[in-house]
Amino acid sequence: MIKLPEPIDQIVVNLLKAANTKLPSDIGWALEAAAGWETDPTARTQLGAIMDNVKKAEVLGRPMCQDTGMPAFYVKGRFDSSIAGLIKEGLKKATESIPLRPNSVDPITRKNPGDNLGEGMPVIHYIPTDDEFTEISVLIKGAGSENMTRLLMLNPSDGVEGIKRAVIDSVLDAGGRPCPPGIIGIGIGGTADLCIGMSKEALMLPLDHENSDPRLKDLEEELFVKLNSSGLGPMGLGGATTVLGVKIKTAYCHTASLPVAVSIGCWATRRAVARITDTNVEYSQGAQL
Amino acid sequence: MTELKTPLDEKAARGLKLGDTVYLSGDVITGRDEMHIRAIEYSRLGKPLPEGIEGSVLYHCGPIVVNDGNGWKAVAAGPTTSARMNSLEPEMIRRFGIRAIIGKGGMSEDVGKAMSEVGCVYLAAVGGTAVSLAESITKVHGPEWPDLGMAEAMWRFKIERMGPLIVAMDSKGNSLYEDVRSRLIKDI
Repeated sequence: MIKLPEPIDQIVVNLLKAANTKLPSDIGWALEAAAGWETDPTARTQLGAIMDNVKKAEVLGRPMCQDTGMPAFYVKGRFDSSIAGLIKEGLKKATESIPLRPNSVDPITRKNPGDNLGEGMPVIHYIPTDDEFTEISVLIKGAGSENMTRLLMLNPSDGVEGIKRAVIDSVLDAGGRPCPPGIIGIGIGGTADLCIGMSKEALMLPLDHENSDPRLKDLEEELFVKLNSSGLGPMGLGGATTVLGVKIKTAYCHTASLPVAVSIGCWATRRAVARITDTNVEYSQGAQL
Repeated sequence: MTELKTPLDEKAARGLKLGDTVYLSGDVITGRDEMHIRAIEYSRLGKPLPEGIEGSVLYHCGPIVVNDGNGWKAVAAGPTTSARMNSLEPEMIRRFGIRAIIGKGGMSEDVGKAMSEVGCVYLAAVGGTAVSLAESITKVHGPEWPDLGMAEAMWRFKIERMGPLIVAMDSKGNSLYEDVRSRLIKDI
């Protein structure tokens, strides 16, 4: 572990505070743009209420949504095995100090320990690299959107048309439940577990991040237009704003498989990133993992 | 735009029109999955129940609340996904004469039927607008059933002009969600 300018657990508290109270500016701009073109009165009322809430959360330093989720952490760069314990400590402190809602419960007894920890929690993904920094990213979304996650093990013969069908059906069947307008994270390929992981990682990308693969960029744009032409609208109550962005990640897959995963991020897709060197901590609102 | 005050009577609930924007003042109780399960179980067994469920406005909400020594305050209190309570809500509405449900995402046809029978409406709060909605909560009482945890316990809120709330299911079996769903363009 490199020498740190600030203790990791405090950096984790800072990350959770930033993510929960300040909507990433790219999502804020997308919401403003949507409010500009939306003509449906119910949709306009709701987008207005969302933007008003975002401002209040930032000014008051309060979580923009009461569902402060089950934060997913991504640790990239150089780190050692102590980092898991420090992230847990930071999450525990943040739960009290921000405060966050204690969401973590035993899956069978539903007993809530009150600190957002428990067996297996929080989820931490590790991406070791030879870089001279440690980068900790956090992604927060509510259960309303997490519960709408889908994995479809398509047949290879279903092809790109099958992928589009799977995404459109997943988003439209979810309806108002995941708090649209949101961000659609899509994993294509890999194994089942990798595919779901990619669909969630895609939500860490800023909306203005351009896909380096032109075929995927076209597919993202096509799905963006089609989903916004569906008429589902904010909260499923109708309108021209169903999604704010579509992000795709891919991996090679078995010749007999075509896995497609859809992770829906609510409008309040909360993300924060800290890049830590031995002299500095740099905070930002998105990352390419 | 309609200003509404609790307690709501059957006539007021039946008078609300689909698509209307409402601001609500008065008293609401919170209830999610676990509160529904317990309220129904206790009522079936004839066990005593907390006051204020009968004829109430039921808010599908698991708030973040803090107690600073001078009582509880709501920090963030937006709606949760109502569809999780689809299997429990018809009995809840019929047993307790619930007059309005505040939530997000809408509910099933079976819930709509119970709403029509009893005279109850579904008011859609804007999902995720937890700070604005918390700002309309002037007093927090409770919790009832604290063993269920902060999110699942039953809280009583005094509210002042909570909104905007959209009448998304009325007491005649109409649903804005169903209207939107039936018109969706699903082309690929």
